[in-house]
Amino acid sequence: MANLPRIVITGIGLTAPNGNSLQEFRANLVAGVARIAEIDVRYMGRHPAGVCDFEATRYQKRKELRNGTRAGSVAIYCAQEAVKDAGIAWDAVDRARVGVYVGTTEHGNVETENEIYNISQFNYDTKFWTHHHNPRTVANNPAGEVTMNMGITGPHYTIGAACAAGNAGLIQAAQMLQLGEVDLALAGGVSESIHTFGIFAGFKNQGALAHHADPNKASRPFDCDRNGIVISEGGALYTLERLEDAQKRGAKIYAEIYGWCINSDATDAVLPNPDRQAECIEIALRRAGLRPQDIHLVSTHATATPLGDRQECEALRKVFADCPDTYINNTKSYIGHCMGAAGALELAGNLPSLVDGIVHPTINVDKLEPECEMPGLVLNQAKHVDRVDTILNNSFGMLGINSVLIVGKLRS
Amino acid sequence: MTKEQVHQIVLDIIAEIAPDEDLSNVKPDVRLRDQLSLDSMDFLDIVMELRKQHGIEVPEADYPQLASLESCGEYLLPKFQAKGQ
Repeated sequence: MANLPRIVITGIGLTAPNGNSLQEFRANLVAGVARIAEIDVRYMGRHPAGVCDFEATRYQKRKELRNGTRAGSVAIYCAQEAVKDAGIAWDAVDRARVGVYVGTTEHGNVETENEIYNISQFNYDTKFWTHHHNPRTVANNPAGEVTMNMGITGPHYTIGAACAAGNAGLIQAAQMLQLGEVDLALAGGVSESIHTFGIFAGFKNQGALAHHADPNKASRPFDCDRNGIVISEGGALYTLERLEDAQKRGAKIYAEIYGWCINSDATDAVLPNPDRQAECIEIALRRAGLRPQDIHLVSTHATATPLGDRQECEALRKVFADCPDTYINNTKSYIGHCMGAAGALELAGNLPSLVDGIVHPTINVDKLEPECEMPGLVLNQAKHVDRVDTILNNSFGMLGINSVLIVGKLRS
Repeated sequence: MTKEQVHQIVLDIIAEIAPDEDLSNVKPDVRLRDQLSLDSMDFLDIVMELRKQHGIEVPEADYPQLASLESCGEYLLPKFQAKGQ
């Protein structure tokens, strides 16, 4: 990537089950504070889930909330907060040069299920099917809602990439900035998946839905007693800019994007492939011009399914076999699996470590499964480490999509 | 059922579908679009809620009849009365 423009992160807007700003989110991660609720899932009873409580009316009218989608609302909150955090003089921005790239695991399940339920109250007569259905369920919805809310006339679309989508949104944005397609990108991922019973039922019938008497202990990657995924909603959108533009306006720079890779397992719709995951990490390292030893923090994807965690650990052991300065953590243990937002949120939660040198731990590990043992795992207690100059962020998804994003301190 | 009651039914629907609007001083003889922030999708919502809540059908050709509260009253009152209300 030597001859391409360098891309930096200059602003972050997020909502996670345990925080509606980076500051709140980070404080809870370092303090080991999970926040998982128990919700009524249509037809399925009570299940643990990560629920966000951001103030939606801060940026949207009530009619917009009624007509739009939850994913759109999450995206609008995150986008507005990111621009504010970046200190961008929005009124002076050429909105035709802004791109919106939002990663999603899925979109439209919530709205379709709601509408089928609605017409079930009218003997399935489709004349009661809402005319809002199509604008709500088009795949670009969350990104499009951001453009309408903020008057952005540049490109917008979603990047459908299963649970690798958060990274994929950021990668797409970096590429578009490098190509000169836009001057400012709002990018990352969002999820509204807790509002669809289909996702819960699918995971449950696959034997991959978490359950625990204490919801805050339900998401427990790497632990012997893990029993599946806690589904969560959330979002994280970043402002990305070319380094030159960011420096010109004197922007605060969180991190530079060093490199990335997206590849495919081509083996199974659901089961991960550690060889391809390792390959994805190695390619990202090569593109970033780094060796495994140069990575100080690995943010794992692990979702707390029995097999998935082992597979990722196997991939990590392959690449980081001899890396005494590489620490490894997991954020889903606090917030569950935020699906399309997961990669972007988990990276955001780790970014402050570039400044404070603190690695937040994987919590809820009462008994580490031997197959998940790795040097550098930070468990249950935050760790002050000598230095965090680089972060490698894993995000994997169904149909065998792997994404790895590497960021770090601004290179001199 | 009176025209005034029909006006209230329409106002209640608007309060539901356009919750940001101030409905305290809606003039019956002025087009709703000229005094409230309503678009074509909102009018489709009014049609849908009349169907859902009251079993009243408004054919597309008659949508202009919903322009103002007054015209709503004129147009919808017979439909409500036909349903025995």
